[in-house]
Amino acid sequence: MELLKCINIDKSYDDKKILKNINLTIPRGKIIGILGKNGSGKTTLIKLMNDLLTPTNGEILVNGKKVGVESKKVISYLPERSYLNKNLTVLETIKYFEDFYENFDTKKANKLLKDLKLDINQKISKMSKGMQEKVALVLVMSRKAELYILDEPLGGVDPATRDYILDTILTNFDKDASVIITTHIIQDVERILDEVIFINEGKIILTSDSDELRNKEKGSIDEIFRRMFKC
Amino acid sequence: MGEIFFDNNIPIYIQLVDYFKIYIISGKMKPGERISSVRELAIYFKVNPNTMQKALTELENLKLIYTERTNGKFVTKDEKLIKKLKDDYAKTLIEKFYNEMTALSLNKKEIINYINEIGDDE
Repeated sequence: MELLKCINIDKSYDDKKILKNINLTIPRGKIIGILGKNGSGKTTLIKLMNDLLTPTNGEILVNGKKVGVESKKVISYLPERSYLNKNLTVLETIKYFEDFYENFDTKKANKLLKDLKLDINQKISKMSKGMQEKVALVLVMSRKAELYILDEPLGGVDPATRDYILDTILTNFDKDASVIITTHIIQDVERILDEVIFINEGKIILTSDSDELRNKEKGSIDEIFRRMFKC
Repeated sequence: MGEIFFDNNIPIYIQLVDYFKIYIISGKMKPGERISSVRELAIYFKVNPNTMQKALTELENLKLIYTERTNGKFVTKDEKLIKKLKDDYAKTLIEKFYNEMTALSLNKKEIINYINEIGDDE
């Protein structure tokens, strides 16, 4: 059974249509990039998948069931903006996650934090933006989930941290789970993607295997994207 | 093993196949040598495990590697095949080089003189 399926999804705010007739299937064992310009509807789609918004029409199924409590157990979500309580230390935040999620792997979190040389006794508010993003990613990747949804995980971090984040995603990727990454910084991410979904003005424009697309269009995903959506 | 600087314009699995091909035909990987697991290789080259798998499947189709049911994947022991691929590859490279040199209106003798000027690297 498909891990996640969007069936005829529309989403409007008042009269403004944000998403128009979205149909997509996320299989297991893939890293999938949802690529689109700012304001194309990426984050709205992600929020619908996480049951944080309700579609105007259509439905989203995870493991064949409508999104809800059960789907939240198996989806580990990194939102675009941090929701962590900055008054807590990293250690306190780990405890919180441990209580909150049955599938949280504290050992793994500690290992990743150690690799990153992050001080677990430090308050999150005292950390740089890049460090905070790393902590948020570690927490999300430390859950034994079926689907990881990372909304702009590379926004605002330096290239070295970007590489580390991509490595972390790759090393923690297992064949029974899938990862969805949204980004508008395609160049840095495209190397690790199995499949790409181009979204523009609320519609899916293209879905393809990444290497097949490079072969067919004779260029990088970044270049193909730029060609298609030239301003 | 070295590092691959991937060119995003070319399918990643093809770049992996080419890299392994050169590693094998140059003798850096010996006939019969065991190849690390897909997962280890994917982490090493920082690529998606599915892409790594695709590259290994392609190498297997080219008969450059083979699978032993329980033990993993190995470099072919068919040294004739390795020699032939090396020969083919060298010919492709030299043809490309030769065409570029003749485009500069150089004849074969002049080209060979240039090569001799480089000298040996020993």
